Amino acid sequence: MRNFKTCSRGFFIHLSLIAVSLLSIFPFLWLLSTALKGADENIFQYPPVFFPESPTLANFKGVWNQIPFMLYFLNSMIVAGFTVVLNLILSSLAAYPLARMEFKGKKTIFYATLATIMIPFQAIMLPVYLIVLKLNMVDSVNSVMGYIGLILPFAVNAFGIFLMRQAFLAIPKEMEEAAFVDGCNVFQIWWKILLPMVKPTLAVLAIFTFIGSWGEFLWPSIVLTKKALYTLPVGVNDLQGMFSANWRYIAAGSIISTIPILVFFIAMQRYFISGENDGAVKG
Amino acid sequence: MYKYYKKYVPYLFLLPAAVILLLFFFIPFFETIVLSFFDYNSNIYHPQFVSLANYIELLKSPVFYKVLWNTFLYLIVAVPFLVVFPLIIAIMINQKIKGITLYKILIYLPVIVSIVVAAIAFKWLYAQQGILNYAMDILHLPAIGWLTDPRFSLYSVILVTIWKGIGYYMMIYLSALMSVPKDLYEACEVDGANPIVKHLTVTLPHLMPTIGLVTMVSSISAMKVFVEIYVMTKGGPLDASKTIVYYIYERAFENLDLGIASAASVILLVIVLVMSVLNFTLFENKQYRL
Repeated sequence: MRNFKTCSRGFFIHLSLIAVSLLSIFPFLWLLSTALKGADENIFQYPPVFFPESPTLANFKGVWNQIPFMLYFLNSMIVAGFTVVLNLILSSLAAYPLARMEFKGKKTIFYATLATIMIPFQAIMLPVYLIVLKLNMVDSVNSVMGYIGLILPFAVNAFGIFLMRQAFLAIPKEMEEAAFVDGCNVFQIWWKILLPMVKPTLAVLAIFTFIGSWGEFLWPSIVLTKKALYTLPVGVNDLQGMFSANWRYIAAGSIISTIPILVFFIAMQRYFISGENDGAVKG
Repeated sequence: MYKYYKKYVPYLFLLPAAVILLLFFFIPFFETIVLSFFDYNSNIYHPQFVSLANYIELLKSPVFYKVLWNTFLYLIVAVPFLVVFPLIIAIMINQKIKGITLYKILIYLPVIVSIVVAAIAFKWLYAQQGILNYAMDILHLPAIGWLTDPRFSLYSVILVTIWKGIGYYMMIYLSALMSVPKDLYEACEVDGANPIVKHLTVTLPHLMPTIGLVTMVSSISAMKVFVEIYVMTKGGPLDASKTIVYYIYERAFENLDLGIASAASVILLVIVLVMSVLNFTLFENKQYRL
């Protein structure tokens, strides 16, 4: 009896989880199905057909030839790559004194940093844009300045600083003392002793910064004026305008743009789903 | 401990981050407040100081009330789903059954994929002759203009936010569930409590701080939605799906009405600041203590 009960409960749980999983991926599957349908197959037919009658890659080829996906991909890589590197360096630089040193104004700096977590970017984006304009960090000046304008406002945030600070706090102080006795200066202590010990946290920060930067849409769509610097999300949104009624192309383009992040996710999945992102909550 | 660094060293370490935070957080923060007292509408190159006129204009504008109301609706519809659904799913996933990793990957997938792609995917589901209207047809219901009917467009957009957030909050719950003491469950099983009683008496009390955290975090992010609306409806039809960030975007970057946009930004700032302070004092105070 009891066995039957646990068994049917397990069945119920599997059934629910399968349903939730399907709901989670169905919108993408339907997009994929549409992308695989050829020009002679009606994508609006009732009842809808999930499996294309004669699947074709024609839409993928067509949209690939008209949209410079490789360029958008490279732009996204440049922006996300530099954003990650800057976040890792600046966060762990700032976190070190906040975790380990005594200095005048520490309290003020600590709470000022904390306060920035509470400022939503959406509420200050207009002045940020005006500042970026004033500093000539826009793509109308040149590409490099354009990239800088995309990257620099997101080069560090309080969330990352506090994450690194937590990691430094967990390291025993004796480590630094020993290193100092051995003749390390303070920069070497940070670089050679502390950073290697917080690698797992650095990895978490890197991955979540990467995902955030890779998916960012609002900021690039505000600052960019030239297609040459479009990142993938901006390029994908552009599909709608270019192929207004051609849902096969829009679907195919959207799928293509998703492949890189999908590969990244599968490769790094343990960081996302094993609970290692504990404390990596971003508002 | 022996001081092994010179007095100026801490500031040296803080300097690069401080420059960025100053330039892109603090200055813009104060500039938003300053701009909100100026009128840019008459002449964008020679703004006039108008004290509270922008705020008064906002409070007189029916569209702004509509926007605030929509933002409020967004919050009270999306947040309960984002608090409850992920919790139930997390409890179901937190068992020793097969295929857990696959379930987690699939349910987390919407979090990873760009919100632009997600919005496009839903736009396709919502199409007039799309698959959702086919489902309505099967249920003998009339077809709905999911994104084109002012009665529905806001809720259609909210659904995308909910769908995209479930995996994220599920992971937060899952890491909290790991810390529930196992022996409490065992005690329950010895007492013969059924699973529902077990979760109500053991899991729920243990997760209360996490539930509070998810409530605050999802509320704050509901205040900040933009991309879903931008990609799917542009706030329409008839402002039916326009929320505050989209309104700010429109006034600032399409109408170049910097003063009004800044006044609306200050209102958003105040709301989010209050929510964040609540969140920090109630739920996230451990990480952020000196």
